[in-house]
Amino acid sequence: MTSIATDLPVARESRLPNWLPRVGVGRLLAHLALLFLVVVWTLPIAGLLVSSFRDPDQLAVSGWWTALTAGRVQEAARLPRATEQAEEAGRFVIRGNLLGANTDRQIATFGPTNATLRANEPGATVAMPAGGEITVEADGAYLWTSPTAFTHTTGPRIYYVAEIPPQFTLENYFTVLTTNGIGRSFINSLTVALPATIISVVVAAFAAYALAWMRFPGRTLLVVAVVGLIVVPLQLALIPVLRLYNNVAGLFGVDGKGYFGVWLAHTGFGIPLTVYLLRNYMAGLPREIMESARIDGASHFQIFVTLVLPLSIPAVASISIFQFLWIWNDLLVALVFLGAQDDQVVLTGRLINLLGAYGDRWELLTAGAFVSITVPLIVFFSLQRYFVRGLLAGSVK
Amino acid sequence: MSSVKIRNLYKRYGKVEVLRDVNLDIHSGEFVVFVGPSGCGKSTLLRCISGLETVSEGTIEIDGRVVNDVAPSKRGIAMVFQSYALYPHMTVFKNMAYGLKLMGLPKETIAAKVREAAEKLQLTAYLDRLPKALSGGQRQRVAIGRAIVRDPKVFLFDEPLSNLDAALRVQMRIEISQLKEQLTSTTMIYVTHDQVEAMTMADRIVVLKDGVVQQVGSPMELYDHPQSLFVAGFIGSPKMNFLSGQFADPFKAHTVGIRAEHLDIAPADGAWSGRVIYSENLGSDSFVYVDVGAPEPIIVRQPGKAAHHAGDVVGLAPKVHELHRFDADGRPMMH
Amino acid sequence: MIGQVLYAASMVAFAVALLFGYFWGANWLLDRMLATTPAMAGEAITRRDSLRTRIRPWIFLAPTLFFLAVFLIYPIIETFRLSLFDRLGQNFIWFANYSWAWNDATFRQSAFNNLAWLIVVPALSTGFGLLIAVLADRLWWGGLAKTLVFMPMAISFVGAAVIWRFVYAYRGPDMAQIGILNAFVTWLGYPPQVWLQIPLVNSFLLMVILVWIQTGFAMVILSAALRGIPQETIEAARIDGAGEVRIFFTIMIPQIATTILVVWTTITIHVLKVFDIVYAMTNGENQTQVLGNLMYRWTFIAGDSGRGATIAIVILLAVTPIMIWNIRRARAAEGTG
Repeated sequence: MTSIATDLPVARESRLPNWLPRVGVGRLLAHLALLFLVVVWTLPIAGLLVSSFRDPDQLAVSGWWTALTAGRVQEAARLPRATEQAEEAGRFVIRGNLLGANTDRQIATFGPTNATLRANEPGATVAMPAGGEITVEADGAYLWTSPTAFTHTTGPRIYYVAEIPPQFTLENYFTVLTTNGIGRSFINSLTVALPATIISVVVAAFAAYALAWMRFPGRTLLVVAVVGLIVVPLQLALIPVLRLYNNVAGLFGVDGKGYFGVWLAHTGFGIPLTVYLLRNYMAGLPREIMESARIDGASHFQIFVTLVLPLSIPAVASISIFQFLWIWNDLLVALVFLGAQDDQVVLTGRLINLLGAYGDRWELLTAGAFVSITVPLIVFFSLQRYFVRGLLAGSVK
Repeated sequence: MSSVKIRNLYKRYGKVEVLRDVNLDIHSGEFVVFVGPSGCGKSTLLRCISGLETVSEGTIEIDGRVVNDVAPSKRGIAMVFQSYALYPHMTVFKNMAYGLKLMGLPKETIAAKVREAAEKLQLTAYLDRLPKALSGGQRQRVAIGRAIVRDPKVFLFDEPLSNLDAALRVQMRIEISQLKEQLTSTTMIYVTHDQVEAMTMADRIVVLKDGVVQQVGSPMELYDHPQSLFVAGFIGSPKMNFLSGQFADPFKAHTVGIRAEHLDIAPADGAWSGRVIYSENLGSDSFVYVDVGAPEPIIVRQPGKAAHHAGDVVGLAPKVHELHRFDADGRPMMH
Repeated sequence: MIGQVLYAASMVAFAVALLFGYFWGANWLLDRMLATTPAMAGEAITRRDSLRTRIRPWIFLAPTLFFLAVFLIYPIIETFRLSLFDRLGQNFIWFANYSWAWNDATFRQSAFNNLAWLIVVPALSTGFGLLIAVLADRLWWGGLAKTLVFMPMAISFVGAAVIWRFVYAYRGPDMAQIGILNAFVTWLGYPPQVWLQIPLVNSFLLMVILVWIQTGFAMVILSAALRGIPQETIEAARIDGAGEVRIFFTIMIPQIATTILVVWTTITIHVLKVFDIVYAMTNGENQTQVLGNLMYRWTFIAGDSGRGATIAIVILLAVTPIMIWNIRRARAAEGTG
């Protein structure tokens, strides 16, 4: 980190070209080290993003970092049986396309055996072991002709190297959003996260004000309890709360799993931290403003609504963002308190299901994962300032 | 008629006694200043009167009604805070209208009252501004305006000028004094640690120390007849010179006090003599610091430029009538 | 689809209405029931005023108290009770679940793994976070670098799991690798590996994911702390002849020691609760099990609430020292402020 540029003799420095900033070895190392770290940190997301737009066939056979170059695959296609032959001008003919009808792929080389697959360029004519000779064009169309009738019962193979031009598509997104239920889950996630965020922040704001500015017996004890409960692991609450839900729901003859329960659960699990952060902020507001309002005749409720809330908007914003992201990203609470049916599974849960069902269909997984992180990323990039502020408020006190 | 009456007031935080047996009568329309060093309890006393602090013992009456348990907003008081305590997200108009709105007054009445107060304080042009767009002096005026519109019986000021720079402080001091002339029937209680503010503004001064009232009186009474060493030392600038032991013996007192302006430099004979260690020229007059062998140098005020320089040996002659004699307990002795 | 959107929107409206209804309604009711008029006797006014100020805090606090009680305090007690009962919570079996846990190989494995997580993740996150904060604060493109490193913080553990499974993806040796880790390994000339099936290595690779996420957190906090160091102390050290490295270790680090500790403990709490990453990546297979996932398995897959509760209590005990430390700090802050 230390810059040795200042230690260099002036004469040497003057030999440097003008456009080169005065960079010492240490500084250069710092640039390189940070660049390396940033690349390591970003590559995984870059891979996800690139892959989600790639053609599924390409994605399965080549690394995402090759996405912009044409890929090459070795493949083999089986030619039709003799029954497909036609007689044209005294010769027996079998026609077709190795690559199928609609494709951007191109034949790079081909051959009748695995050993000769790189031997012939497109357009060349090659003798077939099964008889006759075959011509394969770059677009995959082939013409197999023979002076005598074909008699083979199983079609022989043609081996080839196909070139796949880089291909990008939105189809993966279309597929996951519609047929794989990601779209549905996106809305489910919103249904969970928005009300839960609003409820917890409003409830916490009132409590935070009471703990910051109202006098009542047991206040210190309550603050201490809130601080202590911040770290209670979620796992602890799962069984008792689920049982409680089932009992209460049983009384009304409804299902214990549903959105209402999840809102309450998220609010409950998040409330100590939310209250604590908001209280810290509100306690930092100038005391004389509250006193002035009291002399003006404002009740605590009026002080809260007309003064403290407007003045706490920065804190409320950052805490809301936090709470929202936390709920949006949660898996465990949703897994336990929501049903498995289509209209309740949230994005994280749906992704887990995709992972289980299509562990190797990366086009679906990457597109699905990217849908699930779009909202957090949008929130993150547009509100980064509040996000950082919220983090700082929570930790450095 | 007495406007604020305080009887046997105690205020404790846990075991700490912040105010001890305070008794005070403040008359209607009077301008009273609470003064004392920081931590003396003057602000706490003001906050007890305002109702922002509860009292531990004793009673506070405002206009003949005991207000110990009455909410601050129902005591008929208004308060100007040290930090102005303006509501930062409200315009000047809304700041002044806030309390009136809470009283449930009709819109037109509120607007009329706010305009009237703004007129008085030359704030009319700023009514739509937010506090952050105002200068320090303007903010102070808004704070005062916010208090005026409430038509308080008692006006409380908690060190309102200490956030202002020196020049502005003098100007605001004059403005508050003028305000006092206009609001003849309003009682004003003003807290400060600055005895110059106390001397220039007060009808009566209450000097506090360690939660106990030391002396109550008009500025001149306090200046001329301090009832204790503490008051004698606290009121007046520069601080009164104190001499004890061998220096006080000729005057048959434990300690004598003499103000800088009541000492003459006499070339040869004087009550005390010593060496000039330093002299300060202020232009209109000058201060000469003389080491007579006492723990602290004696300060002498001289008109015009100082005629003496460090190293000169001088005699000091007190004006005997202005000499304050104190006994061993710090109580004044009769002349 | 439209129906669901409408449902979500109406639920948001409902939640807001409910909250407004409660807070505004209760306060309005309080002001109404204990209203004062100038016509009333002075004492009656005073009594009502003070009654109102005594009741109002509890209106503000009631919902929070409800949530704390139902979702945190009651569960702690109930979970502890359940941990002393058998699988269906019917028979009291003293501490049999705890002795089971003590002797169970999987539990021990999980606890051991948690311990490894507890050391590796906070250490690496804090270390990298500090390194990046220091580097980024000196370079002109540091702001961009910090944003990019911070970005994973916003991503869910499940999303991160998909991202990293793709990084670790395996293809047979005769095929082109699509996972960047294996591509790198084969580029170096080594055979590709099924990373998530190699014991110990797989656990470490799971930890890497959490480090990837938490480093941004550590970096932001530590960067702010570094900037909070009075510049004068650094300049004074420079005048005293200290080199940059020495200044970093003897002047800067000591001044942000508390912050480092706070970052460390915060990440520790996340680590102790870790569930999603393991659940999504390996589901505890191949010796990667951790307590959070084990608890889920016992409770919801095996249906044994006693053993599940026992594991939850163990996690609670593990975070208790941090809880106490937090409370102490909060009390100290309360005392000064």
